[in-house]
Amino acid sequence: MLARHYAYRIIAILILLVFAAFFFGPIIWLLLAPTKTDSQIINQTPLAFGSFGTFGHTFHQLISYEGDLVLTWLKNSAIYSFGGTALAVLAAIPAGYGLALTHFVGRRALLAITLVVMIVPATALVLPLFLEANTVHLVGTVWSLILPFGFFPFGVYLAYIYFSTTIPKDLIGAARIDGAGEWGVFRRIALPLATPIVALVAFFSFVANWNNYYLPFVMTYDNSQYPLQVGLPILLGSSPSINPVAATGGQAVIYRPEMAMATIIAIAPVLLVFLFAQRTLVAGMLAGSTKE
Amino acid sequence: MLLCLGVAPTVYAISLALRTSHGLGVGNFVDSYHLPEFMPAFKHVLLFEAIWLVSQSVLVVSLALMVHNLSRRVSATFRFIFYLPGAMAGAASVVIWLFMFTPTTSPFAFIEHALHYTLLANTVTPANLPVLFAIMAFWTGAGGWIVVMHGALNNVPTELIEAAEIDGSNVFQTALRIKLPLIRKWVVYMLVLSFASGTQLFVEPQILGIATGGEVPPQWSPNQLAYYLAFQLDRFNEAAAISVDLLVFGLLVAVLIVWRGKLFEVQ
Repeated sequence: MLARHYAYRIIAILILLVFAAFFFGPIIWLLLAPTKTDSQIINQTPLAFGSFGTFGHTFHQLISYEGDLVLTWLKNSAIYSFGGTALAVLAAIPAGYGLALTHFVGRRALLAITLVVMIVPATALVLPLFLEANTVHLVGTVWSLILPFGFFPFGVYLAYIYFSTTIPKDLIGAARIDGAGEWGVFRRIALPLATPIVALVAFFSFVANWNNYYLPFVMTYDNSQYPLQVGLPILLGSSPSINPVAATGGQAVIYRPEMAMATIIAIAPVLLVFLFAQRTLVAGMLAGSTKE
Repeated sequence: MLLCLGVAPTVYAISLALRTSHGLGVGNFVDSYHLPEFMPAFKHVLLFEAIWLVSQSVLVVSLALMVHNLSRRVSATFRFIFYLPGAMAGAASVVIWLFMFTPTTSPFAFIEHALHYTLLANTVTPANLPVLFAIMAFWTGAGGWIVVMHGALNNVPTELIEAAEIDGSNVFQTALRIKLPLIRKWVVYMLVLSFASGTQLFVEPQILGIATGGEVPPQWSPNQLAYYLAFQLDRFNEAAAISVDLLVFGLLVAVLIVWRGKLFEVQ
């Protein structure tokens, strides 16, 4: 009986290790790839380490692509993501507060609508959004991305859950009796207590904005407006070592190591936040589950 | 008053969806349906969904059950490793998998060699595409769901499991008869949400198409077809019809969850 128990356990751990290799392997490979030259990537074992010198060289090659275009993309990603996140927080926190702690006609209906829109995949709205932005001539401007990014029903839902579970209704009632107006109650009582939820909403919004591909792909026209996520496939298309039909002009600088480098830069901000905010994250993912 | 800020975009999005479908009438829906690429695009996505959802539910539940049986610290490490690829959604994950699918660069090349693949073009074939997209989707998404399932398993009372073990139930029996029924709701939730997001496939086929020089047609998925119609052929109306199809689909799923699932009952 006991021997059998241990056998199960060992088999389970072996299976888990295989899957850990599946999930982690690609990340390790990606981190090692820029330390090697293009031919080393092909000829050495996939998880070999090259040298730091090559790593630096790869970085310079990537940056020199079309006169630091990659840095422009990185800057664009930052502007769109932070702009959208700021707007999402500004909208979601008061909205969640309002849904949780004030009473007005249609509150339940609004709550239901928020939940429904939260579940609808964001990409389903991309083309309708484009048509809308087109009629009001926002396409190709920063606003065509920041405004839709600011629309973040999941954030409203998180804020709603937070305010309805952490702030006692009596506290709000007491403040009202003391003569505080609606705005005063929100500013003096709800806001000071809202720090954790602001962080959570900002985090989820930032990750979603940073990784968004379809919306900026549709909304931006010009090379210099792309965020990094949209830029990656452009790099891919211009790389003769990956795309055999790419124009092999004399100035091609993007090979496999540069491509891997660009991918690392594209994921680095989100990866860093993941590493440092793991606890918060998990709490957020479970926000619904603990509320049964 | 404060509400307008957060709720206005919600109403705006819904009115937008209504306006698109109303202003165009049914004609565009019929036209888009008769396009030669219409049915294949939806078939591709459904096949991908079938492969992805079945493998994801089996694997996520089994992995969550295995992780949950480990000591706290080991379990946390595994969960973190599984979860990490979640940071790499979007174009970045497709680029990574492009290298993983290329036999000359991949650390998983032994699998590709076992299948007698020597070139990226051997891996990325029309018949393989749904499986490849399923692997990518599993890689980025499964970890998050494992964490959720693990959380749900934590809510299973330990007395219940101990009682079953005293009654002579082995690991598999406990998992199947006691733990699984108690987390079933979460499995359904995962299936429905994944299904809705799976219909939206866009960046994956798009990038694989670039990298293979046209092995993946630019109308492979419904979203790609809509994009292609709108921006390559200037047929915005039919494109809008397809995106409304997808939107209605997503809305149906959402309404189903919110009304039937009772998952979000907070009060």
